[in-house]
Amino acid sequence: MKVGVLAVQGAFIEHENILNKLGISTIELRKKSDLDMDFDRLILPGGESTVQGKLLGDLDMFNGLKERIMSGMPVLATCAGLILLAENIVNDSRSWFKTLPVSVVRNAYGRQLGSFHYDGIMEGIGIFPMEFIRAPYIESVADGVEILAHVDDKITAVKYKKQLGLSFHPELSDNYNIHKMFLEM
Amino acid sequence: MNDAENKKDIEQYNKQYALNKELAQMLKGGVIMDVTTPEQAKIAEEAGACAVMALERIPADIRAAGGVSRMSDPAMINGIQDAVSIPVMAKCRIGHFVEAQVLEAIEIDYIDESEVLSPADDIYHIDKTQFKVPFVCGAKNLGEALRRINEGASMIRTKGEPGTGDIVQAVSHMRMMNSAIAKITSMRTDELFNEAKELQVPYELICYVHDNGSLPVVNFAAGGVATPADAALMMQLGADGVFVGSGIFKSGNPSKRAEAIVKAVTNYNDAEMIANLSKNLGEAMVGINKDEITLLMAERGI
Repeated sequence: MKVGVLAVQGAFIEHENILNKLGISTIELRKKSDLDMDFDRLILPGGESTVQGKLLGDLDMFNGLKERIMSGMPVLATCAGLILLAENIVNDSRSWFKTLPVSVVRNAYGRQLGSFHYDGIMEGIGIFPMEFIRAPYIESVADGVEILAHVDDKITAVKYKKQLGLSFHPELSDNYNIHKMFLEM
Repeated sequence: MNDAENKKDIEQYNKQYALNKELAQMLKGGVIMDVTTPEQAKIAEEAGACAVMALERIPADIRAAGGVSRMSDPAMINGIQDAVSIPVMAKCRIGHFVEAQVLEAIEIDYIDESEVLSPADDIYHIDKTQFKVPFVCGAKNLGEALRRINEGASMIRTKGEPGTGDIVQAVSHMRMMNSAIAKITSMRTDELFNEAKELQVPYELICYVHDNGSLPVVNFAAGGVATPADAALMMQLGADGVFVGSGIFKSGNPSKRAEAIVKAVTNYNDAEMIANLSKNLGEAMVGINKDEITLLMAERGI
């Protein structure tokens, strides 16, 4: 198994390190020709969604990745990655892949002073240490979307078909259970 | 304060410090651009900046104008915060903890305790552990970097020589830091105590460098980046990302140059792409050699 990690901007190395520790090889996707390499799973990492979204278009990677997601390639999307997948962004006119039928709020907890740590329950895993960094949350989901975690009344993790979308950062944790869940999807 | 309260405070600080280091991790592989107006901030965001640095005058103009250079007007920073959705940083003077308190009060995402502004204190840097908002600080060698981290900085950047468009200082600072890290990594453990003494930094931080071969925080390049090739050079030398100050809005076509630098940082090993990105960018900032200037900002705050 080989996992492609979108590496145009953000915290992609953290994901690669965890997968490598789990014995899984990774490739970095930085430009269109990288999509010609074989990979069977995809990670959309944290970072700035505006930067990543723009580079996906400018570097002509958007269509190739969207086709793979649409045809059922398993995806793990964290924070900015969740925003790239979301069908609708409540407080932004931009949107990208739109393959995950949820509405998200960007920077939903405000600026950096609103960032926080939370030990919450992740369905199928149990207590998980969650880092929320200028994080989004999910305001609403369509039928068929499974809710895996929430903080108070806000949804913070969902699964839809082969897409796993999180508003927090499992790549910043020593707990690899979410990555294992993704690899078993 | 009793012991239990004290312990809770330390726990709370450590959690916040972790979150602050993590925000810097999210900026990696990106370009942070100096902007002086909401319009420039929008141009920067649209060009792919991962954050903007709000300041009244860019370093080249500070250098030209001379005089005392201070924290920006909070109203101007608020205007930029309202204009963009990416993180907004702002500078305070070295040692000026009240400017830092003001920036925290307006909920800035990152404070740059910066040698670009006139220092407010000849000896002491800000005790950054007293703040909830994160700090980035400049360093020209490993000793400075670890001293700033010990004071609570959660991100480091090279000082370079701001406002010159001359990359030589940033290169030299990055190389000095890398070679010092390589040296410590290969040391015997019984040599680390003396190294801590030589560098005037805590032993624990030297041990971290020895065990991990890197700083405990993200390290960006800054000071003198003017072209896509400059940015890619700093990335190949090991920078986690790049600050561009005067290089963008002092050039002929800011938007195009900014976009090119962003892409060069993502694909810093792809010479063919950097060649294409470097074509027809218009005039680069004129630049001045470090030997032609009388004020070396990098000497401020050691």
